[in-house]
Amino acid sequence: MRRTPLYEAHVRLGARMVDFGGWSMPVSYPTGILEEHRATRTAVGMFDVCHMGEVHFTGAGAAATVQRLVTNDVGRLENGRAFYTVACLPSGGIVDDLIVYRVDPEHYLAVVNASNIDKDVDWFQEHRGADCKIEDASARTGLIAFQGPAAQDALQPLASIPLDKLRSFSFATDVTVAGLPVWIARTGYTGEDGFELFCDAQDAARLWDRLVAAAGAAGGGPVGLGARDTLRLEARLALYGNDLDEETTPLEAGLGWVVKLDGDDFIGRDALRVQQSAGITRKLAGFVMTARGIARHGYAIYDADGVPSGTVTSGGPAPTLTQNVGMGYIPARLDVPGTKLSIDCRGKRVDAEVVRGPFYKRGKKT
Amino acid sequence: MSALYPDDLFYTKDHEWARIEDRAGTKVATIGVTRYAVEQLGDVTQVDLPKEGESVKQAEVFGSVESVKAVSDLFAPITGKVVKVNSPLADSPEYVNEDPYDEGWMIQVAVSNTKELDGLLDAEAYQAFIREQGE
Repeated sequence: MRRTPLYEAHVRLGARMVDFGGWSMPVSYPTGILEEHRATRTAVGMFDVCHMGEVHFTGAGAAATVQRLVTNDVGRLENGRAFYTVACLPSGGIVDDLIVYRVDPEHYLAVVNASNIDKDVDWFQEHRGADCKIEDASARTGLIAFQGPAAQDALQPLASIPLDKLRSFSFATDVTVAGLPVWIARTGYTGEDGFELFCDAQDAARLWDRLVAAAGAAGGGPVGLGARDTLRLEARLALYGNDLDEETTPLEAGLGWVVKLDGDDFIGRDALRVQQSAGITRKLAGFVMTARGIARHGYAIYDADGVPSGTVTSGGPAPTLTQNVGMGYIPARLDVPGTKLSIDCRGKRVDAEVVRGPFYKRGKKT
Repeated sequence: MSALYPDDLFYTKDHEWARIEDRAGTKVATIGVTRYAVEQLGDVTQVDLPKEGESVKQAEVFGSVESVKAVSDLFAPITGKVVKVNSPLADSPEYVNEDPYDEGWMIQVAVSNTKELDGLLDAEAYQAFIREQGE
């Protein structure tokens, strides 16, 4: 099994390690998933995301190649800014969801899902235009997420730049944290404010230890994949492989906001235009359980008349809300808040109701 | 703090335990899951149990326990009629994590056939079994 540079640190912290797509990753630390979840919502949680992929596009043709590959409008990115987007097949099916960072007009960084690195890099290379070099820097790059309402205050004493100047989806490259050179981005996957720190893989363990101390002083600490999943589910952030795949399009997945059908051409645009004008027939809906039961990935969804209406793509407890929630693709006509559904929870039909928007939304900063 | 695997309990290879008491001539088994099960499950968020008066059968599913990550079946260590259910678990499933042998008990069963106890493990055999699992 593959290990991140933080493997020894996790073992030392007493983490329960599991196989996550071929990587040995911490699912939780001795504090437990619920406490890790709570700490991220109330203070700060930190995450080993070194397994994720970092792919650099450089050269005079970098922007054109990236634009060909992603649905969002690369032309509107400024230096030091990033956006969330997806890469599509010609069919409009999703190859991966990713964040694209513009370092300068001839240098873009794409951060992709760990399980898709090889597939993505092959896909990117296959569609590489002129004057563009593509480098998979995943193995030499460490990535640590530092998330939560206390993230800025806890991180500031270690950082060489004023963090309050860094807006959401901005990043800075010429920075040190705890004396180590990093790129720092105000991005994340928890529904909280927070940062992601890119570093040399060789520095990752030292950076992690300093961040653990800073997080601990702020009432937080390391968080495993278990709470990472409950946090992203509460914030209704899609997970590739569960909620997104090559059979689903960004329009169906509710990601129309990252698809610029009127901008420059990209792979999949024609198919998505056709789908858009024909009308979206199924949607990735969010639901809350209104009776006692927990929906899990793969459970069947029924409409109020008992007609099979889809499958749960993600589901589980939403600890902050003390509710059980989920997502799944259902006929678009049912994706209306208040629509009654039922979920087959291991042979028992449990009532659920469609809701709009994130299950959990953080309060505005005061 | 209670023992990790108390000596006075019977255990199953599915990580349930049973404590046998004599109540006015009837053997009553109190049933729950082991410390090892709890560690594997992580935070328990829901416990689904049979109702009083229902019957459970040895080695068959009598309920389920939902943790944050997954759902797992509960297997009855012994056959019998359910005489009591730990109803506070409905609102406080965390008792299972905090105190699996006491406050986290799940059901009590009037034992139909005490011979079934012969098929269960004692604390020592159970610990040997989970050590094997870990390897």
